[in-house]
Formats: sequence, structure tokens, C-alpha cells
Amino acid sequence: MSLQVVSLSKQYGTQQVLDEVSFSASPGRILGFLGPNGAGKSTTLKIITGYLSADSGAVTLLGEDALSHPKKLAARIGYLPENNPLYLDTYVREFLAFSGGIYGMKSTDIRRRTEELIRKTGLQAEQHKKIGQLSKGYRQRVGIARALLHDPDLVILDEPTTGLDPNQLVEIRSLIQEVAENKTLIFSTHIMQEVEAICQDVVIINKGKIVSSGDLAELRAGAAEASLVLETEEELALEWFADLGKVRYGSKGSREIVLTPKNSSEARKAILQLVAHHQLTLIRLNQEEKKMESLFREITQSP
Amino acid sequence: MKSLFFKELTSFFGSLIGYLVLSLFLLALGLIVWVFPESSVFEYGFADLESLFVYTPYVFTFLIPAVAMRSLAEEKRSGTWELLMTSPLSVTQIILAKYLAILVVVFLALLPTLGYAFTLSVLGDPPGNLDLAGFFGSWLGLLMIGATFASVGLFSSALTSQQVVAFVLGVFLCFALYFGFSALADLVPWDWSRGVEDWSRGVEELSLSYHYTSLGRGVIDSRDVFFLLGMVWVFLGSAVLVLKKK
Repeated sequence: MSLQVVSLSKQYGTQQVLDEVSFSASPGRILGFLGPNGAGKSTTLKIITGYLSADSGAVTLLGEDALSHPKKLAARIGYLPENNPLYLDTYVREFLAFSGGIYGMKSTDIRRRTEELIRKTGLQAEQHKKIGQLSKGYRQRVGIARALLHDPDLVILDEPTTGLDPNQLVEIRSLIQEVAENKTLIFSTHIMQEVEAICQDVVIINKGKIVSSGDLAELRAGAAEASLVLETEEELALEWFADLGKVRYGSKGSREIVLTPKNSSEARKAILQLVAHHQLTLIRLNQEEKKMESLFREITQSP
Repeated sequence: MKSLFFKELTSFFGSLIGYLVLSLFLLALGLIVWVFPESSVFEYGFADLESLFVYTPYVFTFLIPAVAMRSLAEEKRSGTWELLMTSPLSVTQIILAKYLAILVVVFLALLPTLGYAFTLSVLGDPPGNLDLAGFFGSWLGLLMIGATFASVGLFSSALTSQQVVAFVLGVFLCFALYFGFSALADLVPWDWSRGVEDWSRGVEELSLSYHYTSLGRGVIDSRDVFFLLGMVWVFLGSAVLVLKKK
């Protein structure tokens, strides 16, 4: 376990931004830190990197207490802050060299790593430009290259894929996957598909509380329950279906119901009988797999 | 820390800022010392550079906050401050690196004025008739005033994320420290019969101009040096304290 966060809490004024947040990350695995905007993702990451302080709780990083001696560990963390701040008036190489310098790297190492990362992040064509002249996707690559330059053990990327076009998205994702080997990698996002695409572990946070965490495959298995959707031209009454499982109205109001059945095949049979019995005009009846996406929506939406 | 220092210097001299500041400074001083009839050495008729030493602090009051305003405010506005803070550099190291870079700019601005001493010494009658001790005392004084203003400018830049605010605040603080206390010392209520002199002297000694003038006599008094260095220390220390608060 290279990163362990234990009951982290923080308050801004009267607002509880983080409430007893606990999770852990291990090397060689990508942890997706997922939550809607304003859930406390960035705050948590900022506390781990030592930029913000916490009101209470503990962060253990590579076996050391990260909250009391953040500078001691700073060189072992690679951090891409939200919105990817960069010095826009510096050249790509100049910026990377500067960054290596403040991380105390030797100049030969800086040169070697700069070449390596420019190649890995696909910056070859843009390497002689000023950062301010680069497009958003390339700036993102510079930011990621900077975060990885000093070969950190823990890589934290705060929303590395916001604002990228679909092609860039795929490239950045595969870059993240590539660098994650034998490192601990955390990246935050508010997009579920992203987590499904590249993560092994997932932590879902909402309103400062961890609502779900663990192995993504297990979580997905738990989420994979089917629901039945019935749509008719007539109005439906919920109590007709109450015996079959959990039932609620769907997006089309009382003409559509969504049923989470106790037993799917029996429920389908029963529904058809109900349709015949009440002389309803059927529009559709289908079975929907619950995806991570809807799981995410379910647990992060307030009732 | 070294690389941050060099990065700061490059940002001055890699862009127009550094050259603009240096040339404007030299242009203003050159005009004041050699051209404007009110203050020109030629009109004055004595081989003495008093006008240089009297007017430079005024120019510094605007110039140095302009050099310093960017250094922290811009980092905070653009978010790159977070990069520095999460790096292995401590706040003290960051402040020192930035301070030293500003100091180099101030030093480079002042350096050509050493040539004035040579010019004047040649022009003197008989040639070489110049109070060199007074000149170097004053010059050192200017450098120290510049160093103090630089720390004030950096401190104001630490307080805000807007360059304009940092600039206005820096100018005001420099002005208040340099002229404010002297002016205050003169503002003695007239019905105070006792202790007036002590009071006004005490207040006067708090002003930068007092210590600057004292250095200008050509005697480098450790009290003046320590006072000015103390000011630098106070302002840099305050900047560190302000920035350490999360």
C-alpha cells in the first residue's frame, strides 16, 4: 500500500468539504477518483500533495506521514493540478528543464528524461514552441510530462482529460496506462466511462463523503442487475407491479415504469399478463443492464 | 532554488520587461542629472552628484514595485503557484530566489551610474576633484534602498493575485517608508512643550530617507546598514508568513 488516506476532514467556513474520507491506493494499479463537480476531489488531492492542510485525519504516503512533512515527500510525487497551470511564456524544453531543476535533478538526467518524455507524450513536433502557442491537448501533455519528469513513485493527475477532443482523449488515456506500470497512479475525473476504460480501482466521492470504493470489477459485478422498462399508451399504476420487485415511474411519467425485479423471467411473464388483464397498448418492454454509469448517477444524486 | 532564480531572471530578460525597466530608469536619471535645467549638474556648477542621489529614490518608488509586482501575484493568478508549492522547494527558498532575481535587476540598473562618477571626475576643475567617499557611500545607500524596496514590492506581491493591486500597494508602502516617517516627524503638535524633539527624532529614525542620507555622508555606519537589512528581513519574513498560510 503506497498511499493510505484515513478519515480526512476539512471545513471551509461552515461548509464541510471533506467528511471522514478514507481510501488507499497500491502500486501498479490505476485508481480512478470519481465524483461530480464540487464533490471534494481536488481538495483531497491537494491535501495529499501538501498544498492544502486538513482539519483532521491522516495521509500515509510510501510509509511516511505526508501531512507533517510534505516537503520531504514532494520529490516522490508527480502532480498535475486541476486546469494544468503552466508558464505560458516559456518554451517546452525550457519549462521541463526548469521543472527538473527545482526537483533537484542532475542536468544529465534532466536531458535524458526530457527526451524520453517528449517522445512518450508525442510532443516531438511541438517541442520548440512556447507553451502559450500550444493547443489545449498539447499543453496537457506538457503538464503530464512535467509531472512524470522526476520519475515519481506516486502520480496524481487532477482531471487530466477535461477539454480534450475524442482523439486526444484516447491518446492521453493510453499514455496514462503506459506510465502506470509499477507506479501508483491516481487520477480524478467526473466521467464514468473514463474510469471504466482504464482503472482497476475506483473511489467514488460525493459531497465530501466516500460513497463507494474498491475493485472496479467487483463493483461492476454488484451493479450488474437488470431492470425492466415497460412503456404503454395508457397510464400505469405502481401497485400493479408492487409484488414483482422495486418499481418506480420512468422518464415518461406514469406511462412508463422501471422495475427492478426479484426474478426477471417471472416478472416478464407477469407483466405480459398484466398488460392483457388491464387491456393496455404496449409500446415497449425491454430489459436494461445497469451500467457503472447509472450506478454512479444513482449514488451521487441526492434523493 | 538555483533554477528558479535563473527562470526568474530569464523571465525579466527573455521578455521586454527587464530591458524596458533598465532603459527607462537610465533615461529618467540621465535626463535629471545631465539635462533638465532644474537639477542638471552643469547648471548647478559643482562637481557633485547630489541630484542623482536625491531623485533616484523617487524613481525607485515606482520602478521597483513595477519589477516586483509580477513575481508572486502572477504565479497565484495563473495557478503555477501550486506547482511551486508542491515541489520540494520551501516557501523561504521560493521567496529568496525571487528576491535575488529582483535584486539583480536593481543592481544592473544602478551599475551604469558608476560611470557618472568617472564623467564628473573628468569634468571637475581641477580634474579628479570629486568626493569619492561620499559618492560610494551614497551609491551603497541607493543599492540598499533598492534592496529594501524590492523586499517591500515582493511582500505586496505576496498579498494579492492581481499585479495592479501589488503595484499600487508596493508604491504606497515604499513611499510611506521613505518619505512618510520624515513627514510625520515634522508634524509635531505645537502645544507639546516637552519631549517634542525626542519624539520627532525617534520617528525620523524610522524613515528610510534618514538612514539613506546618513550613508550619503560617506560614513558607512553599521546602524544604518543593519536598519536597512532589518527592513529587508522583516518584509521577506512577512511574505513567507503570508504565503505559508493555507
